[in-house]
Amino acid sequence: MKKLLLATTAASLLAGASFADGHAKEVKLGILIGFTGPIESLTGPMAAGAELAMAEVTESGMLLDGAKVTPMRADTGCIDNGLSTANAERMIADGINGLIGGDCSGVTGAILSNVAVPNGMVMISPSATSPGLSTAEDNDLFFRTAPSDAREGQVMADVLMDRGIKSIALTYTNNDYGKGLADAITTSFEAVGGEVTISAAHEDGKADYSAEVGALASAGGDLLVVAGYLDQGGLGIINASLDSGAYDTFGLPGGMIGDSLPANVGDALNGSFGQIAGSGGEGIEKLTAMATDFDATSPYTPESYDAAALFMLAMQAADSVDPADYGSKILDVANAPGEKIYPGELGKALEILKNGGEVDYVGASAVELIGPGESAGSYREIEVQDGKNVTVKFR
Amino acid sequence: MDYLNALAAIANYILVPGMAYGAQLALGALGVTLVYGILRFSNFAHGDTMAFGTMFVILITWAMQRVGINAGPLPTALLALPFGIALTGLVLLGTDRVVYRFYRKARVKPVVFVMVSLGVMFIMNGLTRFIIGPGDQRFGDGERFIISARTFKELTGLREGIAIKTSQGITVITAVIVVALLFWFLNKTRTGKSMRAFSDNEDLALLSGINPERVVLYTWLIVAGLATIAGTLYGLDKSFKPFTYFQLLLPIFASAIVGGLGSPLGAIAGGFVIAFSEVTVTYAFKKVGNYVLPESLAPDSLVQLMSTDYKFAVSFSILIIVLLFKPTGLFKGQSV
Repeated sequence: MKKLLLATTAASLLAGASFADGHAKEVKLGILIGFTGPIESLTGPMAAGAELAMAEVTESGMLLDGAKVTPMRADTGCIDNGLSTANAERMIADGINGLIGGDCSGVTGAILSNVAVPNGMVMISPSATSPGLSTAEDNDLFFRTAPSDAREGQVMADVLMDRGIKSIALTYTNNDYGKGLADAITTSFEAVGGEVTISAAHEDGKADYSAEVGALASAGGDLLVVAGYLDQGGLGIINASLDSGAYDTFGLPGGMIGDSLPANVGDALNGSFGQIAGSGGEGIEKLTAMATDFDATSPYTPESYDAAALFMLAMQAADSVDPADYGSKILDVANAPGEKIYPGELGKALEILKNGGEVDYVGASAVELIGPGESAGSYREIEVQDGKNVTVKFR
Repeated sequence: MDYLNALAAIANYILVPGMAYGAQLALGALGVTLVYGILRFSNFAHGDTMAFGTMFVILITWAMQRVGINAGPLPTALLALPFGIALTGLVLLGTDRVVYRFYRKARVKPVVFVMVSLGVMFIMNGLTRFIIGPGDQRFGDGERFIISARTFKELTGLREGIAIKTSQGITVITAVIVVALLFWFLNKTRTGKSMRAFSDNEDLALLSGINPERVVLYTWLIVAGLATIAGTLYGLDKSFKPFTYFQLLLPIFASAIVGGLGSPLGAIAGGFVIAFSEVTVTYAFKKVGNYVLPESLAPDSLVQLMSTDYKFAVSFSILIIVLLFKPTGLFKGQSV
């Protein structure tokens, strides 16, 4: 173990030097996401999405006079900080020019502070949503194509207001995700004049939720917002609320949107509504048409394609593969002004940039980076109709 | 009228769910307490025995539903229950033959037995997941409600409804029947008396000609019945998920210990003490207060003693307090 550590440290020291020569003919992009662990079912399509963008660029031959883009995969385990930082170190030692990842918020923060910042490596995460990352110390090296949960709080407040809901009871799963989201919803909803009668945590996987439902019912409110997981405590709370007649309509944030919820709860869920990150329109349709061997609509897959694309466009704009040079260009290529770029048009975008023009990358997830370099976030508003999640609107 | 509304709110959110949850815990705790009293070890595998038995019931229920057998307004699972109990009984007897008997013959210390049951727990845990999967399974059918909150409001004209689910009604009735049968068996039958004798003093019981293997056999069969019934009732009322059954072990043990390990009466009392302490102490009395108090005194805040986060802290504080002042539990069980 000690030897391995020593070797890794030595290798990463050497890596610093190897940046300098610049890889004119080869660009390496690391894909560091949880191929094992709690979100392993999502990461397959995510990596495929990122690699699709790289293949598209390599094929066009437009990046930095015909550079070849090679992907390099490694695992974070989603919740394993040690594994993530070790793998990030290794990728830097292997000479990557940009890092797509991490995936879950906790490990993303660890990789950022332990590896990316000390090594000056630019990271674009396709799926980390914790509001805490917006204010993390990142030396302008961290970006994300996924929106922050703070943004979801605003969207949820808008959805509630548009439907004439004035007061809500709120329960959240007792972890960083649940607490962060609940705080965001409370702040945003109160800012637009709504009232949160109670904000109570629930534990996942417990035997009985009547105590929680009793308190939530007593507090009152037009409906109950459940910021939890659809196959965990969230389901238990909804069932117990329906059984006791405490609430019959529910607000459902992203973690509660999935086919299994209407299937498990039944007709009583009809009329409940919520939102999940995702976009409609031209970008996602083009990506779906291009993705022949994976599901492009799988969560965070469009965001992964976009993360890879942003790296390559920024490198082209800066005419360099050095993170110190191209890092500042990421916001330029992602936002207006410039010509709008959709999936499948990366070759065209590279050509425009090469000729000194400007692009406004829209991509598959309608990329618009705001504030400290995170997605403004488009959301699908979902309503449960006849036992199915139906997208009623885009926000 | 307002007092009636307040009463209805309390009944709906405290009494009804507390009764049902308490009955489920009591049935589980009875199983734990029997094993402790007669076989003299804490059976950590009990939660997973419940899951295992419920799994049999679910599989048989699905088969019955497929061929069109049902129990009308009652859940089909009740018909499948006897078969599930029989299968679980066989599994437990098999486990005893293969695992526990070896250690019983060797007369090992109780703590070794506990560790052995931990091993059995992991195996059952894995088998359940292997056979039926780790996810939620639905197997309830029949009428969902005896009376739903909406019907109750329409009938009485009150603003607060009382909902009683079929599963809650069945849980309480079944629990009463099972407990009555168990007490009759333990106190009136020859086998039951020999089991109690064996529990009180093993050596004396052996001297008087009681066959220990028979006592063990009957104990496991009764435990299989109790575990399967408790698991099935819980699954009908909430949902079946192996992980939740594993977690259920904690409140079940708390119930058995609060009541006094080895005392059947204590197990029942303990089940209700734990269930009601979880529901009552964290209840927000705002609604009730609004109905009962005059407007000038009506509360703005939630009137909640403590947040629901602490509901486990409450039941375990009770456990600690009971053990401090009455180490044998409320009903003179064996001290732990």
